[in-house]
Amino acid sequence: MSQHEVTITVNGEKQTRTIEARLLLVHFIRENLGLTGTHIGCDTTSCGACTISLDGEAVKSCTVFAVQADGGSVETVESLAASGTLHPLQEGFWEKHGLQCGFCTPGMLMSARSLLARNPHPTEDEIRHGISGNLCRCTGYNKIVEAIQYAADKLAPVGAAPGSPRDSKGA
Amino acid sequence: MIPASFDYHAPKTLDEAIALLGQLGDSAKILAGGQSLIPAMRFRLASPEVLVDINRITDLGYIAERGDHLAIGALAREHALEASEIVAASYPLLLDTAKVIADPLVRNKATVGGNLAHADPANDHPATMLAYNAQIIARGAAGTRTIAIDDLFVGLFETSLAPGEILTEIRIPRPAANSGGAYIKIERKVGDYAVAAVAVQLELTGAGSGANAGAIKAIRIGLTNVSPIPARAKAAEAALLGKQPTDAVLEAAGKAAAAECNPSADLRGQVDYKRDLVRVLIKRTVRRAIERARGGRP
Repeated sequence: MSQHEVTITVNGEKQTRTIEARLLLVHFIRENLGLTGTHIGCDTTSCGACTISLDGEAVKSCTVFAVQADGGSVETVESLAASGTLHPLQEGFWEKHGLQCGFCTPGMLMSARSLLARNPHPTEDEIRHGISGNLCRCTGYNKIVEAIQYAADKLAPVGAAPGSPRDSKGA
Repeated sequence: MIPASFDYHAPKTLDEAIALLGQLGDSAKILAGGQSLIPAMRFRLASPEVLVDINRITDLGYIAERGDHLAIGALAREHALEASEIVAASYPLLLDTAKVIADPLVRNKATVGGNLAHADPANDHPATMLAYNAQIIARGAAGTRTIAIDDLFVGLFETSLAPGEILTEIRIPRPAANSGGAYIKIERKVGDYAVAAVAVQLELTGAGSGANAGAIKAIRIGLTNVSPIPARAKAAEAALLGKQPTDAVLEAAGKAAAAECNPSADLRGQVDYKRDLVRVLIKRTVRRAIERARGGRP
């Protein structure tokens, strides 16, 4: 078994630990760093509750070894409200009742953040496809879709989009 | 679930990786996207003694047209295929396939090279690359060689890659004029393997060929998850080649594929059901490929 010293920037802070190669990134985040916002749901690469951002891409942290993230940058759900103010996505989930038990929510938020980064104005269909790697057993998804639409409107209002015809005085 | 212990190496160049694989022999396994290997290790279905992580090798993530083919580097992620303008413009069969692999989160990590090298008959790229008549570039201590896709899959989870060889590139021939392709997959839910899926790449006879215009001039068909080894539907290809794609011809091809495939009964369905699904999917997929060929999309 090999031990490795890794340095991973997590939510903007450099973290150096000595770990076994077989340690999964999700366990590194939860157990070594104590950041328990990232959840373990299925342990079979199915449910997406452990979704985080690794070097800017949303991935399932149960399906990456922590040693692979050495030198990289990880963002977890804790990064969203780092300033003490809810992120528009979190606000959307609050306002639109996007959760019941809340277990899938951290993964949903991180997937949705990745979706909106790639596509600031997704259609309902694009949102449903975008979160298709995340399972929710409570809501039936409708409220989650509405929450993400709420955040999209708040983060990038159509009228404020650069180059949009409505992006002019009086629009 | 915790994988068994292993040693880990992350070489920065292909030469370094090949040298490592040469020293380590059978005890080593290559880690690319890891989206099949890491779950298998968590379940202890796989317990390699050593992982050689190739993700730190730079310049293997390309998707580019070079000469007469599309070159896909071993570390090109599925999402990169979905986002590629070249793929969207000229390789619709490949785009169809990339969009239905696993789920969007898995596609951010999963690689085309890994999807092929894993040689799982339930994976989607084997059928697609069989339909494209792709070539596989492999590098080992003895140098670089080209493997025809028809010669790549030799058993369940087994390829003709030699020990110590790395699949470095996939080459898809640039489709000729009047060509079209499509991939249609039936899955119970997002992220599941196919109940069955069909990949078709075909070329029609051009408009200047008189009575023969519109006939199927060339066709290759790959099947997903209905045989122990990724396979072509050769009897269906023969039933279509040189013919006008009438309803009767398509039905005969569908029946031929249903007879020649070799599915197993599992939670996704009985053998008879899967065979009938193949019959229907052959017709649907060939029709979609023909529409695309007629519409000018390769």
